[in-house]
Amino acid sequence: MALLEIENLSVEFPTQGGIMRAVDDVSLKLDEGEVLGVVGESGSGKSVTMLALMGLIPFPGRVKAKKLSFNGRDLLSMSDRERRKLTGKDVAMIFQEPTTSLNPCFTIGFQLTETLRLHEGMDRKAARRRAIELLEQVGIPSAESRLSAYPHQLSGGMNQRVMIAMAIACNPKLLIADEPTTALDVTIQAQILDLLMTLQKERNMALVMITHNMGVVAETAQRVMVMYAGQIMEERSATDLFASPQHPYTAALLSALPERSEGGRLATIPGVVPGLYDRPRGCLFSPRCAYATEHSRNVRPDLRDWAGGKVRCHYPLGDPNRDAAMKADHPLGTEAAS
Amino acid sequence: MPLRLFSIQDMLRFILTRVSLVIPTFIGITLLAFFLIRLVPGDPIETMAGERGIDVARHEQLKKDFGLDKPLIVQYGYYVERVLHGDLGKSIVTRESVLTEFQSLFPATVELAICAIIFALLLGIPAGIVAAVRRNSIFDHGVMGISLTGYSMPIFWWGLILILVFSVQIGWTPVSGRIDVLYYVEPVTGFLLIDTLFTEDEGAFLSALGHLILPTIVLGTQPLATIARMTRSAMLEVLGEDYIRTAKAKGLSRFRVVGLHALRNALIPVVTVIGLQVGVLFTGAILTETIFSWPGIGKWLIEAIFRRDYPVLQGGLLLVGAIVMSVNLIVDLTYGLINPRIRHNR
Ligand SMILES: Nc1ncnc2c1ncn2[C@@H]1O[C@H](COP(=O)(O)OP(=O)(O)OP(=O)(O)O)[C@@H](O)[C@H]1O
Ligand code: SF4
Ligand SMILES: [Mg+2]
Repeated sequence: MALLEIENLSVEFPTQGGIMRAVDDVSLKLDEGEVLGVVGESGSGKSVTMLALMGLIPFPGRVKAKKLSFNGRDLLSMSDRERRKLTGKDVAMIFQEPTTSLNPCFTIGFQLTETLRLHEGMDRKAARRRAIELLEQVGIPSAESRLSAYPHQLSGGMNQRVMIAMAIACNPKLLIADEPTTALDVTIQAQILDLLMTLQKERNMALVMITHNMGVVAETAQRVMVMYAGQIMEERSATDLFASPQHPYTAALLSALPERSEGGRLATIPGVVPGLYDRPRGCLFSPRCAYATEHSRNVRPDLRDWAGGKVRCHYPLGDPNRDAAMKADHPLGTEAAS
Repeated sequence: MPLRLFSIQDMLRFILTRVSLVIPTFIGITLLAFFLIRLVPGDPIETMAGERGIDVARHEQLKKDFGLDKPLIVQYGYYVERVLHGDLGKSIVTRESVLTEFQSLFPATVELAICAIIFALLLGIPAGIVAAVRRNSIFDHGVMGISLTGYSMPIFWWGLILILVFSVQIGWTPVSGRIDVLYYVEPVTGFLLIDTLFTEDEGAFLSALGHLILPTIVLGTQPLATIARMTRSAMLEVLGEDYIRTAKAKGLSRFRVVGLHALRNALIPVVTVIGLQVGVLFTGAILTETIFSWPGIGKWLIEAIFRRDYPVLQGGLLLVGAIVMSVNLIVDLTYGLINPRIRHNR
């Protein structure tokens, strides 16, 4: 049985201009101890998907799903109270901005022991002892004296370590790391990634690593989910995905990696992620896709099983009949890409 | 990574900066108090003589006795010199020292102001929190509408309405004063709510309490409106912060997220506003005390204006100014205490 099962998850935000579909029909399975990378440009719905799983979609957002189960328990039918017993204990999450993610009015020690006392029922003393242990585990020097520090007295990297300590405090089965290194210095980024991977292995904890950095995915993930405009575009094992991407969007993201692009320049994908008003009728990537056809403009492709994973494209890159199929559907490629 | 702690030096530097601002403020207050009252036509001798009038020679003699015959600038000089020696003078009307009068009346005003601010906090903070949590609900719109009305309600009018309804029509509350004339209470603290507890008679306490209700509501209404609005807006801002998302992600109860993690941060601006209310309370006390014949500083100052009792007005305003400034200083220090970022970065 999978640790996490999400079927047909959608998240909508009513806005003044209409209903904004931030997550569109996302399905996902995750096993114990598995590391999943979630990639995609800004606004592709990576964070919102995971916030929905945590039950953290802010008002007035709406969450719909056919199934949302964790560790064999149905999150949809659970009371809020029951669900809060899971969040922060069995599923934990860390965020992009470590410094603003910690409460400026409370000490590190308070914020850390709070979780322990709530979920583990520890008394003040036991929680304090455990907090020191946790800070040591995440590599914070002179842990005991840090307990009385406030977040603004620590660097961003240190605060992210504190966030990690808080997240792993109750031995979660799943940790969601939402761009945990984006806000940090490059040297610190590597340290934090190392720390996360070490903890993941030691505890055999499932890890969802959200990032828009393909390099980070390559270093960490076993499986990768590529999101675009709220939809899953491609999903497969990391090795396969890097060796032979099947979706044109994945291919474009990969060619944006510095070491893959030609002439040392960072390639970027022309165009922007569709917003509320310019959401295409057909394939969401069609306005930016070099291979778009009349058909992909008008008909939205389904997410289908393909080459050991899943892909949402009429003409996956590895399809032997690709050229013929595209020709039959009136290619627009050169025009769309220019 | 330097770990900076809250040091005594930081604290002293902060207090000194603040105190140095006090001097120009004081000069301003003495100038205002001194010259404004003299702009009002008439002088204390005329007012004391009343309708009977007074003959010119006696008038001149009295003016000379009080030193009112000298040029204004000289009078001001004498006045400042005396103030610097700690002498606020004597009331022209009662011949009682200004300081003594102030001391005997001050507790009444403080008691009223404390009750008013407690009333404002007890209602305003919860109302602001609930309005923020249920933003755009009927409750939110209701609270904000009422608070806007409360904020713009003229104290005089509001006081009279309450008296008419609750004292005159329904007869629930007394019309004026601090306590029923039946009771004599030995002043110990000067706060009747406390002093009446020392008397064996519980009727005295109830009477004092009953007399406080309407003035408290009248004086507390404006601060209540301000505090409710401020709490709501601070709360709304804080609820959108990343650390609130973290608190929820930890699985904390809604009550703990809002009442501890959010409120603690939202209180920082609210405390500043509470500090600013001290000035508002004194201003409001002048009108409130006059409406309810409350024997406090406000009523005293108003009477001093009518009697052209220059020393009382000058001394009284100076003392009130000093108190408002001290309270603001204390509030600023508290601000540092409740906001760790300020405490460490000053
Ligand atoms: N509270 C909200 N109200 C309205 N729209 C929202 C809200 N939160 C997110 N969205 C929208 O949902 C979409 C997906 O956002 P999301 O934060 O999941 O993107 P992301 O993939 O995590 O991007 P990034 O890499 O920038 O973090 C965005 O277009 C965003 O504007
Ligand atoms: S369906 Fe067409 S437009 Fe969409 S990604 Fe595939 S080739 Fe590009
Ligand atoms: Mg995000």
